[in-house]
Amino acid sequence: MSKKFLIPIGPYHPLQEEPELFKLYCDGEIVRDIKWETGYNHRGIEKLSESKTYDQVFFLVERICGICSTSHPFAFANAVEEIAAVEITDRTKYIRSIIGELERIHSHLLWVGLAGHFLGYNTVFMWAWKYREPILDLFEMITGNRNSYAMFKVGGVRRDIENRMIEPVTKILDDFKKKNDLLTGAVMDDPVIHARTKGVGVLSRQDIIDYAAVGPTARASGVAIDVRRDDPYAAYPLVNWKVITAEEGDVFAKAEVRLLEMYESISIIEQCLQGLRKEKEGDIQVKVNEIPEGIGTGRAEAPRGEVFHCVFSDGSNSPLRHKIRAPSYSNIATFKKSCIGQTISDATISLAAVDPCYCCTERLAAVYDSGSGRKLYNARELIGLSADRTSELRNKNDLK
Amino acid sequence: MEADLILKKLKEKFAAVIIETEKRSEKRCTATIDPKAIVKVAEYLYKDEGLRFIIASGLHTRRGFEIHYHFSFDTSGLILNIHVILNNENPSIESLSNLFNASNWIEREIHEILGINFINHPNLEKLISEGNWAEGVYPYRKEFK
Repeated sequence: MSKKFLIPIGPYHPLQEEPELFKLYCDGEIVRDIKWETGYNHRGIEKLSESKTYDQVFFLVERICGICSTSHPFAFANAVEEIAAVEITDRTKYIRSIIGELERIHSHLLWVGLAGHFLGYNTVFMWAWKYREPILDLFEMITGNRNSYAMFKVGGVRRDIENRMIEPVTKILDDFKKKNDLLTGAVMDDPVIHARTKGVGVLSRQDIIDYAAVGPTARASGVAIDVRRDDPYAAYPLVNWKVITAEEGDVFAKAEVRLLEMYESISIIEQCLQGLRKEKEGDIQVKVNEIPEGIGTGRAEAPRGEVFHCVFSDGSNSPLRHKIRAPSYSNIATFKKSCIGQTISDATISLAAVDPCYCCTERLAAVYDSGSGRKLYNARELIGLSADRTSELRNKNDLK
Repeated sequence: MEADLILKKLKEKFAAVIIETEKRSEKRCTATIDPKAIVKVAEYLYKDEGLRFIIASGLHTRRGFEIHYHFSFDTSGLILNIHVILNNENPSIESLSNLFNASNWIEREIHEILGINFINHPNLEKLISEGNWAEGVYPYRKEFK
């Protein structure tokens, strides 16, 4: 007879980049029940938002997540523009969609890498993260930032993607496509990955409906919901693309959906770049005089699924109440269905399969002077270093 | 399904409990209902009409405690808000978590930040504070003069 164990994963664990505690109640190797504790990182962003002006809230919600840092401003902009009845320009729509889709590519690549790491297949991890770098460089060229792009504002975007940028961006995307083919082939055809992920962490269609799961988690179980198609916003109704679904509901199906979605994202970006050529340069904002009293519900399809923002306005310059629902809030709860009955080693990849949100904004080379006489950098110099790197990237692509 | 149609259906089926309806656009509408009818209305929307529960927003206003239950009809992009107003003294409402698991966490969260009691919730423990906040202190409650 096997013994019963409680296996804690977290609050701080090498598998998790953010603090949360999973308690796995195991009978021998088999997970019989699972409980989740969170709140270690609660920042009170909804409450903070009530004390910020609408312009400031964009910077706040951008910091909810380091990976999908554009999804929250996207949904917030949709919500506020709904209250103010603002119709944004086509050039703004294209730019917003380009940023949104580039983000989806880098986020999915990050997930594929982490999934490989969870399975003990670190080659996939190394590849995915290596191929993700050019996408982050693209962000830096376009927005000046690798993460937290600060592109959105009510009624427009803060920076234009000038027409002279279209060619270098297309070239980097073309190079990326070849690498993506390689990575997708390696993951989809690998017998070890098949063995570890097929039939593991299965979520049925009914589970998805019961837990109201969204995004690739839902689409991998045959529930074809995608806000970009269902409640169109930005440039998505102006370009051709399709919603990727799979029927199996296991970890492999979730990987398949994400890998194939990256091809759709590339196609959307290419069409949006072509769309930009037809629009007048610099036509990236409309004037918004005031935000009237009312309710605005905005959504955006983040890499992990539907982001939902509900803004209650009393006609002042800051929200009366700002409700935010990130996709992981709906998706993480499905572990009750996907992990129970699995072995511990499969439970970790089942947990990771919904892509619970990690934060990866750290990018700082700390330089210490430990009596060795090495140069120390102050904050201004570090910002200078970052700006130098951005201009270096732009110069490399003839964008002086 | 557009806003007009779902509001018409709701009015026909739940005439006695609908207090007010508002259509903001073809894809956005709100129905204010009697809080006692929340489970019946939610059951109809979820089981008969196939709407997906997105989330609920709780807020404290001069009118009392308000909850907006946001439902999505994904084939047409419709968002329907079911709005209830609870009185300031002992705010409570029937839980939807026995109908679908999707509302389990958000009801715990609203209970925690606003102190609204969800009757028949399977597990109304704290979700985000893990007992680190003082008992009986609700950060999203406001004091009106």
